[in-house]
Amino acid sequence: MKQYLLSVHMVEGTPVPAEADMQRMFAQVDAFNKELMTSGEWVFAGGLLPADTATVVRAQGGKVVTTDGPFAEAKEQIGGFWVIKTSDLDAALEIAARASAACEGPVEVRPFQDDPSITD
Amino acid sequence: MTTPEPALVRTFRESAGRAVATLTRVFGDIDLAEDAVQEAFAVALERWPADGVPPNPGGWIVTTARHKALDRLRRESTRTGREAQAVALIGEPEPEPEVNPVADDQLRLIFTCCHPALAADARIALTLRLIAGLQTPEIARAFLVPEPTVAQRLVRAKRKIKDAGIPYRIPRDHELPQRLPDVLAVIYLVFNEGYTASAGDSLTRQELCQEAIRLARLLHELMPDEPEVRGLLALLLLTESRHQARTTEAGDLVLLPDQDRTRWDRDLIAEGQGIVRECLRRNQPGPYQLQAAIAAVHSDAREAAHTDWRQILALYDQLYALAPTPVIALNRAIALAQVAGPAAGLDAVDQLDLAEYHLYHATRADLLRRLGREDEARAAYDEAIARAENTTERAFLASRRPAAT
Repeated sequence: MKQYLLSVHMVEGTPVPAEADMQRMFAQVDAFNKELMTSGEWVFAGGLLPADTATVVRAQGGKVVTTDGPFAEAKEQIGGFWVIKTSDLDAALEIAARASAACEGPVEVRPFQDDPSITD
Repeated sequence: MTTPEPALVRTFRESAGRAVATLTRVFGDIDLAEDAVQEAFAVALERWPADGVPPNPGGWIVTTARHKALDRLRRESTRTGREAQAVALIGEPEPEPEVNPVADDQLRLIFTCCHPALAADARIALTLRLIAGLQTPEIARAFLVPEPTVAQRLVRAKRKIKDAGIPYRIPRDHELPQRLPDVLAVIYLVFNEGYTASAGDSLTRQELCQEAIRLARLLHELMPDEPEVRGLLALLLLTESRHQARTTEAGDLVLLPDQDRTRWDRDLIAEGQGIVRECLRRNQPGPYQLQAAIAAVHSDAREAAHTDWRQILALYDQLYALAPTPVIALNRAIALAQVAGPAAGLDAVDQLDLAEYHLYHATRADLLRRLGREDEARAAYDEAIARAENTTERAFLASRRPAAT
């Protein structure tokens, strides 16, 4: 089994969806999450608060520097993610397609480094 | 080492793809499979010229490469994990290379090489390397890119296959409609690269057309019931049939209406038209089959004036309904101009949003010239020349541009 990160990115300046649209997406994602749990492909998932709530901590030469804001000054920031386990990329892409339909946005699929402790 | 004989290289190429595919299945590792097949080739280069080519070169290469791979794994037997297990598994008696599993192996590898998660240029390089058996320098020469660029593309792609877990399997039936077009597109692009090329060693580039046809034949053999595979093969054969007539001896471009049709390759036409008839009989049209049908109508006309443009226009209508792209609309407009006159054609062209495409301007220029609107035609030719990337095409467009009065 391989693990994949499925991430959803928020693009700065995109208008916030209307309340009804948000509710629809939440319901879709919720149903999709339940499917993943039932099929056993679920590892973890979560939605994140906006990037301006992020803090960067850097331990360097015995000192800790803490700064406000996300690490990367990018227009696109990660907004939510799933961690799934599947047999191969095709299976992960199939799940990503369903994830994309549920959250109504593009989903990036990225493999984890192999973890020898995952044997199932 | 002396330069390998071309016949030997050809035999190797034809068997290499099969051998790499089978070994990839057995060992689950493309690099190991490839290295082993390369080593087997080195042995072949030594032995075949003296001992003669073995009766079953493909089987010989698979067996020799398999031994080489096993040797390598034994040398590295301190390694744990999958490869050590593989040694344990395949240290068993040798299976005879069978026909069907071999075909499936190749099909699996084709779908891996053309996987949508790989960049387009990587798909092409991988397919030529792993399926067609071309060497990295040959691919580099054919695509006019530096050898290290191709080598790096291949390394990156193979690493992604491994790291991202791109599977080595034939897509399931319900996935095929999505995945097959990617494979067809790779073969089509290989052909096109050879066909439209003018720069560089034209002989080497011409080989790309042959390789693409060979790949299309292979895919047709492996998937005999796929109508679009058949359509692609017919399209390539019919396009290739015009190859000799397509340029003058000096290398200048000759357009379809001006070609010496006695120089068309009748055998390729007969084969291509036979396949098109088969497609019509099965009646599951798709974009490649329709393009092949259009090419077949052209090849029916012994003279340009005898071309059945009405039928071509009808086929373009059908094609546009399936694949409504502006480029197809442009070609449809050219057919329309033949049926309904240049003014109707120009009307259709002017509605298209293709200002960055040199053939859009070239088509407009030609229609304007035929309408006697010379100033506008000149301007359109200039636009086309500014955007044409290849010298042969630029020279052709310049020769068509009406002289200023």
